[in-house]
Amino acid sequence: MASGKDLSVVICGGAGYGVQTVEDILAKVLKRSGYHVFATREYMSRVRGGNNSTEIRISSTPVDGMVDEIDLLVVLSPGVRENIRRRITQNTVIAADRSSVGEEFEKTDGAFFDVPLGEMAKEAGGAVYANVIAAGLVLGIVDASTDQAEEYFLSRFGKKGDKVVDENRSACGKGLELGRSIADKFPDLAPPKKDDTSSRRVMNGVQAVSLGAIAGGCDFVTAYPMSPATGVLAFAAQNASDFGLAVEQVEDEISAVNMAVGASYAGASPMVTTSGGGFSLMYEGFSLAGVAETPLVVHLAQRPGPATGMATRTEQGDLNLAVHAGHGEFPRLVLAPGTIEEAYSLTARAFEIAHRYQVQSVVMTDQYLLNTFRDVDPDDLIAAKPDKCLVTSGPGYRRYEDVPNGVSPRSVPGLGKGIVGCDSHEHDEEGHVFEDFDLRVRMSDKRFRKGELLKEDFVPADIRGPENWTRLVLCWGSTGPIVSEALRDLKLPDTALMRVRQIWPVAEDVAAAVERADELIFVEGNHDGQLENLIKSVTGRSAQGHLRNYCGLQFSVEQVRMGLSEILG
Amino acid sequence: MTDPRIFDLPEADLAWCPGCGDFKILEALKKALADMDMAPEDVVVVSGIGQAAKTPHFMKCNFLNGLHGRALSHATGVKAANPKLTVVAVGGDGDMYGEGGNHFLHTVRRNPDIANFVYNNMVYGLTKGQASPTSPKGMVTPVQTRGVSSEPVNPLALAIVQGATFVARAFSGDVDHTAEMMKAAIEHRGYALVDIFQPCVSFNKTNTFKWFKDHTYRLEDEHDSSNRSAALSLAMETERFPLGILYREEGRPTFEDSLGIYEKDDTPLHRRSPDVDKVRETIDSMT
Ligand SMILES: Cc1ncc(C[n+]2csc(CCOP(=O)(O)OP(=O)(O)O)c2C)c(N)n1
Ligand code: SF4
Repeated sequence: MASGKDLSVVICGGAGYGVQTVEDILAKVLKRSGYHVFATREYMSRVRGGNNSTEIRISSTPVDGMVDEIDLLVVLSPGVRENIRRRITQNTVIAADRSSVGEEFEKTDGAFFDVPLGEMAKEAGGAVYANVIAAGLVLGIVDASTDQAEEYFLSRFGKKGDKVVDENRSACGKGLELGRSIADKFPDLAPPKKDDTSSRRVMNGVQAVSLGAIAGGCDFVTAYPMSPATGVLAFAAQNASDFGLAVEQVEDEISAVNMAVGASYAGASPMVTTSGGGFSLMYEGFSLAGVAETPLVVHLAQRPGPATGMATRTEQGDLNLAVHAGHGEFPRLVLAPGTIEEAYSLTARAFEIAHRYQVQSVVMTDQYLLNTFRDVDPDDLIAAKPDKCLVTSGPGYRRYEDVPNGVSPRSVPGLGKGIVGCDSHEHDEEGHVFEDFDLRVRMSDKRFRKGELLKEDFVPADIRGPENWTRLVLCWGSTGPIVSEALRDLKLPDTALMRVRQIWPVAEDVAAAVERADELIFVEGNHDGQLENLIKSVTGRSAQGHLRNYCGLQFSVEQVRMGLSEILG
Repeated sequence: MTDPRIFDLPEADLAWCPGCGDFKILEALKKALADMDMAPEDVVVVSGIGQAAKTPHFMKCNFLNGLHGRALSHATGVKAANPKLTVVAVGGDGDMYGEGGNHFLHTVRRNPDIANFVYNNMVYGLTKGQASPTSPKGMVTPVQTRGVSSEPVNPLALAIVQGATFVARAFSGDVDHTAEMMKAAIEHRGYALVDIFQPCVSFNKTNTFKWFKDHTYRLEDEHDSSNRSAALSLAMETERFPLGILYREEGRPTFEDSLGIYEKDDTPLHRRSPDVDKVRETIDSMT
């Protein structure tokens, strides 16, 4: 049992076996029963078959990171992959239907518990219920509320009629009973005590980014489907009429970004959601937004590259892509949320800043973060009131007026009597092409004065540790909470953790902390140490050590704990 | 009727070659807008890159001069953000059918309420005379040294086949007729293509003013522009090209209609404030 307080359950099954449904039932029922839940999913790039898994941590205190340790492994179909098998230890209980998985677990360390899932599912109404029984099994072991399970099935399947609700309820009940009867198979696992979690909400990364965008004023979403960014497009489309969003799945990423720039010029607050390959195609349009000074937010959901890489896996390999996006030079904001709360708040912030300074913001997430869910306190989801910062134009209006702070008052066509120009070329104050070298310097300087404002109006890094730390561990994005838990376990009296949340421009607080540290250690999910290189290029400081992971799976807490202990000797 | 000179931009430095057909298209565009009593602040001219795409820098109105090939995407975005604007997308044949070929295809399908004027000189002007997607087979250029070997794009036929709701052709040599076609296209609710023949005096020595004059004819009044197959067979004519409205279909929902957000409220996005309370409600309704 990890850290002596939470239960780590892994559910495995081929695509089509309903692993996601188990995840959903457990998250909702457990949270309603007073537990804190965290879950993360890893899956193969195929629609049927293969073998996918989800890890669920059930705890009495909020948890936020992936662990290797498996207390209970529930197997829905044969063919459990090596990435899971190697995590089985003597303390793992494996619950599976021997008639389906055969001898698969003969030689593993864990204790095997034969659960006739197939038989039981048939009794409950059909083979499709195996996953619901499995969910019940987990609920029974941790002593979840039966009422809450019933309520869940009613609210989820109520519309499909009583039969469906009853069958689900009965399947879950069978699982619950079995779970209770085997709770003693986990002598070392004291089921976590229940907390009052009623005001908390279970949210995943996709929902957090999407709702954060809308809270930030997003009203226009264009995208071309690409994992793992598609969830945000689907969320926007499914909720378009509720929120008054214009949503279009366009012919390609080139059109996605250019349509967004057109919409922004005309007064929309657009977001494009994409992954690395798609963002590469958007570079030219991103650059257009830069010279045209049209606010634009890009949600960049990372997956491993180069090129198609590993379509459904995770990595933090696109930091350079975001920081250097576009040809030519122009300021931009790059933010990297590390938690579900930040996925919401920083996406909203990306809109706020894009409009305040008429710049482009990139919000960097990844497959791991988007497919992770957790219970959160709604009060931690923070967004300022949206403001497009528009002015009504008069007859002599000039879109690119050279004002002291560089932020020309922005109007849009139809808002006032003025003419609003917008150009991809270097242009004069009205937006017309005018080839003049002094003008070029003036306009470029004007744009970069806005870049200075991004350094002043920054998102602070999250620095935590003992008062008199001398060693700084740095990370960014979704690895943050994992490193944080690992460091908590290590209890190092001289070490602080800095999660860099504003990647670009690098702000004063980051530079100052780096300056103060005697020793710098970077933990990031890529091969090249992209944050490490960026910090070095800005501050001149080299790292004393680093831990990198680029296998396609997220770091686990144990991996970071061990890795850091090794580095620190 | 308004004076077309309200669209003049006095300080504009018209960077086209003397004798270029683009001057006549600009004149026709101003005339069409003035005839329709439009004001410069009601119109947005959107363009990509190329000689033709410089148009919005030579007239007074709102404008978005964006990227090579992307004008239709930009224009669709403008119209979707504010359906009250009159949106015109202009550019050359390379811009619209080459670099922007994919967007052309899909914009036709999407049917946004924009007018698309393509200055078709059958060559790349700005980059000095390479073949364009509409260059005739066999045309020799500094790059196509053995003559163009690909079949030319047939934009009208393509548009009709893909379900365009307005397809017309004009010749810059006839300013009044060109302006008429433009007016009809702007008035049309939905995507409207006007392919406009335009001699490039500097780089296309094959398709000259005289050649266009000899190889075009005006459509008779008898042509029933609601007949799609008749329109398609006219579009397939390549010996002599018909000028006029080949196809027109009214009543098809536009892209903006299909977005659903203007169904009950036609306020442009810039005047709306997002319903932030609804975000809170949604979060509260989550488990
Ligand atoms: C991405 C990109 N590729 C290439 C160019 C160079 N370029 C500018 S205009 C042009 C072709 C213009 O031809 P056409 O659209 O037929 O217009 P014309 O100049 O003949 O009016 C090209 C290739 C560019 N600006 N951007
Ligand atoms: S190069 Fe051709 S198209 Fe361009 S201005 Fe000169 S004549 Fe016109």
